[in-house]
Amino acid sequence: MQLDIDIRKTLHSGKRTFQLQVRFQSVSQRIVIFGPSGSGKSLTLKAIAGLMRPDHGHIRLDGETLFDAGAGIDLAPQARKVGYLFQDYALFPHLSVRQNIGFGLKRGWFNPRAAEKSEAVDYWLEALHLSHLAHQMPGELSGGQRQRTALARALVAEPRALLLDEPFAALDPLLRQRMREELDELQRRLQVPMVLITHDPEDVAVFGEQVLALHDGMIAPPEASPQPGVLPA
Amino acid sequence: MESAWTALALSLKVAGCATLLNLLLGVGVGFLLARVRFVGRDLLDTVLTLPMVMPPTVLGFYLLVLVGRRGWLGAWLHDSFGINLIFTWQGAVIAASIVAFPLVFKPARAAFEAVDGQLEQAARVLGVSEAAIFFRVTLPLAWRGILAGLLLAFARALGEFGATLMVAGSIPGKTQTLSIAVYEAVQAGQDDVANTLVLITSVVCMVVLLAAGRLAPGRIANQ
Repeated sequence: MQLDIDIRKTLHSGKRTFQLQVRFQSVSQRIVIFGPSGSGKSLTLKAIAGLMRPDHGHIRLDGETLFDAGAGIDLAPQARKVGYLFQDYALFPHLSVRQNIGFGLKRGWFNPRAAEKSEAVDYWLEALHLSHLAHQMPGELSGGQRQRTALARALVAEPRALLLDEPFAALDPLLRQRMREELDELQRRLQVPMVLITHDPEDVAVFGEQVLALHDGMIAPPEASPQPGVLPA
Repeated sequence: MESAWTALALSLKVAGCATLLNLLLGVGVGFLLARVRFVGRDLLDTVLTLPMVMPPTVLGFYLLVLVGRRGWLGAWLHDSFGINLIFTWQGAVIAASIVAFPLVFKPARAAFEAVDGQLEQAARVLGVSEAAIFFRVTLPLAWRGILAGLLLAFARALGEFGATLMVAGSIPGKTQTLSIAVYEAVQAGQDDVANTLVLITSVVCMVVLLAAGRLAPGRIANQ
């Protein structure tokens, strides 16, 4: 994945202002943006997905310009073809696991029917061990099952990159360890590039092929970033 | 007795049309107020809530001024299309719609505001168009709250008296709705007719309220 980001955004909240100023280029398959809460990690991820519009700068993914303030380019989130895993998964509460996964495959004004057949959905139900839960509603699932459903929903559309917002923060520690291993294995198998944001050093150790430390809206110089033991081959 | 059923049928027709009209307008305005920030949003909300607290006769008077033969909208409708709303059942629909409108758009706004914006964002990233997101995510999640409001609006429209009388009058078989027929029957000393009408009205209102209660937001929190 070629990711080229140079964005600036000023946010006002009451009398406080927050300056986000993020610039980096990467050809890594696994990028981890690491930083405390309130450092601008989520904003950066949202900017890549098109859910937050920067004031200045550009975002390019694999040579395609997703956003360029100067050139007036701002692709809608729908056109960016990225997968996004929300921190609390954002599963549609009125749709079953199967319908959630098939949601993005279905165009038009109607949701996929509960019994709608789809090979791609079946494949991902199988791949993420969700087949027996296909007809359950999100409210009936455990944390790990929810995350797997959200992952399947994001991956079924074959995104160019997978954006993960604190994917393990909502899980209890034991499960966190297991889901981390699962995601690690899945990413290696699929070779889908990912950008993961986290405040957990454990995530950095497992996923950080390239690590960017974000602090107060700025990327810290490389020497200040915690570098993991494993570097790209 | 015959006239009682005519009045009931007319009431159901007027209330049904008013509810349908409010489904479109109330949901639209509720969504707009919930999602779009603009100058004067709170003022608009207040103005649109007025029918809930103003006497229906005052609303009826405003309506006469607006859509009456000499009202600016009424004159235009008459001159351009030959449409006259005063003393017609369509006029009664407009009166009932306005009186019941806050009962739809208020809960609709609240229901839309209660929908987690992150779900809409998730749908966007999944490639689904904005219009489709409204029909596939936002509306299904807000639907119960909207429906409860619509049922209350239907009940309110069914019982509408003041504004309807001002605008549509009381023409038996044409604009004399159930609640107006009750008034006329009592005025004319026809107590047996009044009894029947009151009983019918009470039963219909009970049914609507029971239905609305079953759909109240508290019941669906865990859906």
